[in-house]
Parts: sequence; C-alpha cells; structure tokens
Amino acid sequence: MSMPIAECALRLLEEEHPIDDYKGRVPRWCTGCGDNAILAAVQRLCRDEQLAPEKTVFVSGIGCSSRFPHYMNTYGFHGLHGRAMPVAQGIKMRRPDLHVFVVTGDGDCCSIGTAHWIHALRYNMNMTVLMHDNGIYGLTKNQASPTSPQGLKSKTTPSGTLLEPINPVSVSLGIRNASFVAQAVDWIPDMLYDIIEAAFHHKGFSFVRILQRCPEFLPGRFDEWVKDPSRMLLLNHDDGVKVRPELGKVYQNLEQHDPSDRNRAREIASTYHPMPVGVLYRNQEMPCYEDLRKPDRLYTPDVIKSVLEKEFDQFTIHPAA
Amino acid sequence: MTPQALKKEKPAVRQPQERPQKSGKRSPSGGKPQRGSLKEKPVQELREHIVEVISDSGEGAQRCGQSMASIAARMGNGIWTVEIIPAEIQPPARSIAGGSGNRVRLASDRVTNGGDEAELVVAFNEQVLLGRIHAHELSPGCTILIENKWRDDDDAEIVAAYTRTIGELEESGYDIQEIPMERECLKYVADPKRGKNMFVLGMLCSIYSLDMQIAREQVAFIFAKKDQNIIDNNIQLLEAGFDWAEANLTFKYCIPPSPMTEPQIVVNGNVSLGLGIMASGMEVCAMYPITPATSVSHYLSEVFETVGGVVHQAEDEIAACAFAIGASYAGKCAVTITSGPGLALKQETIGLAVMAEIPLVVVDVQRGGPSTGLPTKTEQGDLLFACFGGHGDNPKVVMAVSDIEDCFYSMITARKIAETFNTVVVVLTDASLASAQQPFPRPVISEDWMAPPVDQSEISAGLVPYDWDHRTGLARRFIPGQPGGMHCLTGLAHDRKSCVAYDSDTNQDGMQHRSLKLAALQKTLKTPPVFGDSEGDLLIVSWGSTKGAVEEAVTRLQDDGHKVSSLHLRFIQPMPSGIKDVLKGFKHVMTVEGNWSDNLDHEIIDEENRRYSELAWLLRARFLVDVDCWTEVRGRPIKPGSVVRAAHQRLQRKE
Ligand SMILES: Cc1ncc(C[n+]2csc(CCOP(=O)(O)OP(=O)(O)O)c2C)c(N)n1
Ligand code: SF4
Ligand SMILES: [Mg+2]
Repeated sequence: MSMPIAECALRLLEEEHPIDDYKGRVPRWCTGCGDNAILAAVQRLCRDEQLAPEKTVFVSGIGCSSRFPHYMNTYGFHGLHGRAMPVAQGIKMRRPDLHVFVVTGDGDCCSIGTAHWIHALRYNMNMTVLMHDNGIYGLTKNQASPTSPQGLKSKTTPSGTLLEPINPVSVSLGIRNASFVAQAVDWIPDMLYDIIEAAFHHKGFSFVRILQRCPEFLPGRFDEWVKDPSRMLLLNHDDGVKVRPELGKVYQNLEQHDPSDRNRAREIASTYHPMPVGVLYRNQEMPCYEDLRKPDRLYTPDVIKSVLEKEFDQFTIHPAA
Repeated sequence: MTPQALKKEKPAVRQPQERPQKSGKRSPSGGKPQRGSLKEKPVQELREHIVEVISDSGEGAQRCGQSMASIAARMGNGIWTVEIIPAEIQPPARSIAGGSGNRVRLASDRVTNGGDEAELVVAFNEQVLLGRIHAHELSPGCTILIENKWRDDDDAEIVAAYTRTIGELEESGYDIQEIPMERECLKYVADPKRGKNMFVLGMLCSIYSLDMQIAREQVAFIFAKKDQNIIDNNIQLLEAGFDWAEANLTFKYCIPPSPMTEPQIVVNGNVSLGLGIMASGMEVCAMYPITPATSVSHYLSEVFETVGGVVHQAEDEIAACAFAIGASYAGKCAVTITSGPGLALKQETIGLAVMAEIPLVVVDVQRGGPSTGLPTKTEQGDLLFACFGGHGDNPKVVMAVSDIEDCFYSMITARKIAETFNTVVVVLTDASLASAQQPFPRPVISEDWMAPPVDQSEISAGLVPYDWDHRTGLARRFIPGQPGGMHCLTGLAHDRKSCVAYDSDTNQDGMQHRSLKLAALQKTLKTPPVFGDSEGDLLIVSWGSTKGAVEEAVTRLQDDGHKVSSLHLRFIQPMPSGIKDVLKGFKHVMTVEGNWSDNLDHEIIDEENRRYSELAWLLRARFLVDVDCWTEVRGRPIKPGSVVRAAHQRLQRKE
C-alpha cells in the first residue's frame, strides 16, 4: 500500500516510542533489588532501538526475575519454572520478525532448566538471554541455588552449602556452538546497558549472566566487588563492548580482550578475583538453527495441496482398469 | 516331471555353490507326503485368511508381508496388516522372542482388524515359529511352511532342535510343509539369506492366487532406488518362489476381491497421522524420539519441509512440548507427538497451555506401561491419564482414533478444535494402529482443513486478552505482532487482562470459563451411532483401536442370535450427549479395552475393591450405570474371538 511521503513521515513521528511505551506494570521487586536496574537498562534499550512493542516478546520462567515480562509493555510469556528457553525457541522458529528476549534466574536456568540452557546454546537461535544470577532462590524465599557460594547458609542449607557453585559463564563457553557469552553486574548500569545492547545486536543466542543483588536474602553478597572497583576487571574491545571513558576512571582494571579468543575467554571466566565484566566470547559466524531450518517454501494451502497430492500418489492404489 | 514334492530325505550333499540352472529349476526337494495330486490342484475359494510371515530380524519377513498385503490391496482385497516386532534391535538369531515379521489378514471385503489366530504361517526357522505358538497367535493345526535347511545344519544342536520341534508340532496336528527355501534361492543368488523373502513372496502369490504382474510391479517399487539388476534379481526370486509353489504345493486358495470403485491410500497409522498433520495446516511438529510414536516424525521429516513445515527434535519431551506451545502462541499451530512416558513429562507444559489458553495438539501413540513397560507393544493405558493428568483442574479435549483413516482426519479435527477453543487436544492412538495398514479412500483435499494465516490485525482499544464469553468461555486470542494486543500471558491465575490475580473471585472466574469451553464443545458433538439394535442384552462400549475387533465380534454374536450391540466413542472428553440413553437400552453394559482391570473371578476381588478399566470408570462415574469391563494387556491387538468369548461369559453370568 502506498502512502504520501508527508503522511509517512507523520506516521514515523507518531510512532516514535518514548520510554514509557515500554513500561508495563509497576515492578513489585524489593527495594534495592538488582532486577530493577536490569529492567531500566532493557527499557532504555527498547526505546533506543525503537523496537515495535507488538513485535517484541519477553519470555520468562518462574522466579522473582521471571516477573520481568509483566513490567514491560510488550508481549510477554511468563511460563513455567525452567522452561523459558524452549518456549522462546518455538516462538522464534517461524517468526523471525519478532524480537525475542528471555529472562531467567539462576535456579530457573542453571538448575531446573539446565538441559534447555545447554541445548539453547547449541541451537544458537537469535535471541537475547538475561540470566539474573543472585545466587539464591528468591521467590521461594531463600534456598541455595547452584550458583550459591560454597558455605552459604540458606533455609535448606542451615550449616552452609557443601558444594562448589557452578560457573554459568564457563559452562556456556564449554558448548562449541555458543556464539555470545557475556557477564554483567547490576551495579555498573552503563556497562550493563552496553553489554545488553551488544547482546541484542549479536545475531544468535546471546547469553548474558548478570550478577544481581538480592538484598532481601543475600545482603552484601557482592559487596567485596561493589565496594572495591579495583576488584573488577572490565573487558574492552571494538568487537565486544568499548568501556566508556568515564567508567575507566573508576574501574582502572581493564583488559583488551578480543572476544573471538575462546581460550582466553575461558581463562577470564574461570576467576572471580578480579570479577570480569564484558563480552567474553563472540562468534558471528555461528549459524542460527532457525536459519538452518528455514523452509525454502512458504506454508500456503496451494503448496500443501500440491505436496499432499504427490504423497497420496505414492500411496494410492487404483481400481483395476 | 513328477514333482516329488515334500519328500523328507535330506540331500546327500549340501550344495552351497549351486548356481542357477534353468533346466533344473523345479528340482524336487524335501518335504512331507502330499495332500493330493498337483496336476489337478484344486483352488479353494475363501472369504478370508490370516497369514503370518516370520523370520529373524533383518531377514525381510516384514517386507515380504507388507508387500503381499499391498499386492492384495491393489487387487481389491480387504487387508489389515499387523507388524510383529521384537523388542530388541538385534535380537539373537533363532530365538523365540526375536521373531520379526508381519501378519496379513486378507479378505474379500473390507477388514477392520487383525483377526483371530493365523491360519497359515511361513517361518524362516522353528524358533521364531515357537514364539508365535507360545503367544497363541496360530490356530491349532494350521499350515506351517518352514525353511528346512536347519535339518542339515553343521551345528548338531540346531539340527536336534529343529527336528524335535518339527516332530512335536506334527504330532500336535500342525500341517507342516518343509521347504528348501535357501537351497532354491541359491540357484539365483550367491547369498540366499538376502532375497529369500522375495522367494517367499512368490510362494504366497501362488498360494493366494495373487496377480503376478502386480507382484512384479510391487517388487520394482520396493527396489525403485536400487540398480535395475537388483530389481531383476528380486523379480527372478519372486518368480522362482511362485513356480516352486505352483509345482510343489498341493493347495491353492483364492480370495475373490471385491472390485474397488475409488482410489485407495495404503499407509500405516503413523504415516496417516503425518499426512493428516500436513493436511491440517499445522506448521510445527516438536518431538523427542520414543517408540512407537517416532515413525510419525520419521515420515514427516522426509516431507514436512517440502510444504514449509518443520520437525524439531528437542532435547527432551518437556522441551518439545514447550517448543510447540511457543510456536502456537506465536500463531503457528503446533503438534507434539509422544508416547506414555513422554506424555508424563509433558504434563506441566500441557497444564500451562490449558491455563494460558494456547492451542496445542498432543498425540499419544500409546504403548504398554507403566514406566518403560512394553515399549514396542500396544496398550490403551493412557485414557484417564490423558483426561486427568496434570495438577489442578485441567480441562482439555481428549479424542481417540479408531482406524487408519481416522488417524488422518483426526489431525484436522484436532487442530480445528484446538484453535477454535484455544485449548489442548490430546489425540490417543496406539502401537497397533501405528504400524497397521488398511486401505482407505483417497482423501479429496480441502482448503477448509488448513489453518488460516496468522492474524496480525490491530486489536482495538479496550479489548482484553481474556474476554471470556459468559456462555461459552471462549475468548479471542491475541498473537504477538498484533498492534494493541500487548499483554503478558501467564501460567499464574489471572484476570481478563492477563494480570496475575490471586484473589478468590478471579480464580473462580477463570476456572469457570476454561471449564465452560468443554461444555460448549460438547454441545456440538453428535451422539455416536449404536452398532446394532439400540436395545438388547449386552452393549459393548469401546474406544480407540479396538473398534474393528469389537464390531466384528458383535456381528458374529448377532449372527448367532445374540442381542448384542456396540458403541464406539471417539470423543472421550467431553463426551457427547445421549450416551446415557444408549446405555439404558441394554440389560448389561461392558467395556472392552486394552488396559488393566481386576477380574472378579479372583478370590480377593469383589465389587468394593475391583479396579475397573479406564473407560468403565468414566462411564460409571458420569452416568451412574453399572458398567462392567473385559480387558486384556497382552501387548497385542484384542482379537474379535476374545471379545466374543468375553461377551458369552458376560451373558451367562447371573446378575
Ligand atoms: C516445577 C516447579 N518446581 C518448583 C517451583 C518453585 N519455584 C519457583 S521459583 C523457584 C526458584 C527461583 O529461583 P531463581 O530461578 O534463582 O529466581 P529468583 O527468584 O532468584 O529470581 C522455585 C524453586 C516451581 N514454580 N515449579
Ligand atoms: S527476594 Fe531478592 S531477588 Fe526477589 S525481589 Fe527481593 S531482592 Fe529481588
Ligand atoms: Mg535466583
């Protein structure tokens, strides 16, 4: 349908989405919860990218973090504990026009949903995954998670957890098909924004682990890093995220890290002292599952009919002449 | 040449190097005394016959049986085939449990089930034969055509086992025909183990007076992807088998076909499902491999992409179901296919689709349970699970397919219901239908079957995602991409705006409307027809794959003067109206099902502790009618003869 240019421009103007267009319900997270910072960064990103709200879907599991889609004014799918990724894959598979985000927690992703997470890395479908890692089960009120630090006392581990936590970044980097692995923290909002932005622009499965504070159950959990910028390591690279100059003043520990260097990425990932923040790994060549499985024909009644007739022919027996 | 057929003497020397010798083609060979002179071999006309071909796995008995069925079907015979499948991939050779093959029921008219005991069997060794005898699949005294090479095997134990078995079977009255299958094949091929099945096919063509031209075409079709010399070779074996049987066997049957009036499709149940999925316009099939469901996806994987569809093999059943839900939520109606264990894993995701009102078709190709159970064998054990599985109130549609044609059309119906009522439709089929073949009229494709394009129109201001109609519970669905429709779907209790709501009224309201949808669907369902009179002494109620066997049994009972009818249910949840009235027309009501029920004959079983079969529970609960049941869980299709016996017992029992 053609439209006069003036009207078209008017439309564009009209359709300029202010940030409020992306704001859904009022968040119910605790004050000081790191989820708020992540929500703010994502709403900014949607505004800056001018994502059409109706073409954007946030898919989540169950947990405090998984309430996220309710707070966006886009389409949202707040599904089952651990199952956000396969739902998101189903959505993306035949709807490449939709921007798909997944919001998940450490229990959601690294415990009940582990199989889906590993395989999602492998499928490498084009979506942005924000894994809110507070090292605890928030919604169910204080049980240890697979990323809880060893020795953490929780309702289910009154004398402290016995096992080493898993490192979600290292695990992700262990999957050959992983194409984008990053780590962010809720307390450096600009870096958080830049990393999510890079993740969004990466074509493929962008996994962002975000260290997220839960003042309700784990107050002080990340204090050693929050309070001491020298214990942070900011990764800088043209192909990843460029550390903003003003940040460089506070966080002086920078490393030039080329995100195509998987081995170095693994080394960086393996330590929390200093705590790395940035894009650890990125491979733009990795094919996306939905592209590999893209049909070369449109699914129309005519096509179905012609193929079905051919199939029927193959199985048909005819009355004797 | 006087065919000295069926003589028992062993050849003095084994002749493994023997090459094709045109002149000696019909050399007589071992066997037993003839039943008559071959010259005037009478052709016995039959209404129907059941034949089994059974071999070690990999020897091609399945292909032989399937081909024979196809040839007969093309001639216009009614057929029903049942696959005989060993549970293991490579069972040891010559083992009782390792038999693989096919049962073919041939008839003049349409056949609706695999029938009773087989009347003729071709066995490649005596052990697989014993497997069928132990399973009571062969009728006493039936004709057995068996490979006789074991009689002079190098291994003395094999020779002993063979001769002992044959001796015993002859004594028990079986009509044993020992046949030098491999020795005959050796005249044409170097490795007689391969190709022996085509020789057998030729024999069967002779025995059942099948059209050899159609048989040649069938062989050419089977090997279509192979070189011409392979095709020629197999046709040669086919003809050799035919000639051998013509010359050496003393009997010959003919099952006059009824002329076919319209083109027919010959496929098994799972391929039929696959065709139905394409015809329904579903675009995504997400699955995780599980017997006996997987072959639907095997078939779909070959063709689905050519219509623009996709088969996604997920990392597990939970992911498969979640993937299908995601696709459906995004407007591309999806199906997930599984069997019992997978259905168990999918329960939470199915509940989500029910709660959030996302259309979804779930196919359960039932197998023996619980646990890993009988992975390759049939059962109807998932009915109540399909209806009531999942936590909380989970109103979903459950329908069951009854034959091969129904597999096709049910997919179209299921997709329509799922999308009209925004709910989950579980379609139950089972292992017996999965691999059974029965011709059905070639469908005339209609665009009405197919899903409409994804609705991307703007949602007007003021509309809410769960605008439940107070009469029907129905609401319009908002699909991502629709401007103005943004909302957050949730599996939590929610109000009409899809806002999480824990208050008591909202939850009550949501449950009410989701439940109403089943009532609304129920209003559109027709009372299923009674097979037979609508009044009498006994009504047999069935669902799923037992339909054919039950109706055949009822026909036999009626022919014997009994006042027996049957009622077959396609929709189990919701159940159409009018059923109670049907039940009331009979002195006794009994379900026949392939699932467990306690038998009242057992010393500690009585009315108070008896566990009824699944449909019987449902009927008793809904209609307050005393519904009895007869069931069997032997991992095989229920035989009409068994139903007849069960009906007699029920009719004889006082009370
Ligand atoms: C199948 C299932 N098991 C358990 C739960 C209970 N449950 C809800 S959220 C949750 C853990 C949440 O932890 P996490 O994913 O880390 O999210 P957070 O609340 O910390 O953001 C659990 C165990 C559930 N909803 N479903
Ligand atoms: S419990 Fe923790 S994670 Fe949950 S909202 Fe409160 S602070 Fe955030
Ligand atoms: Mg957590």
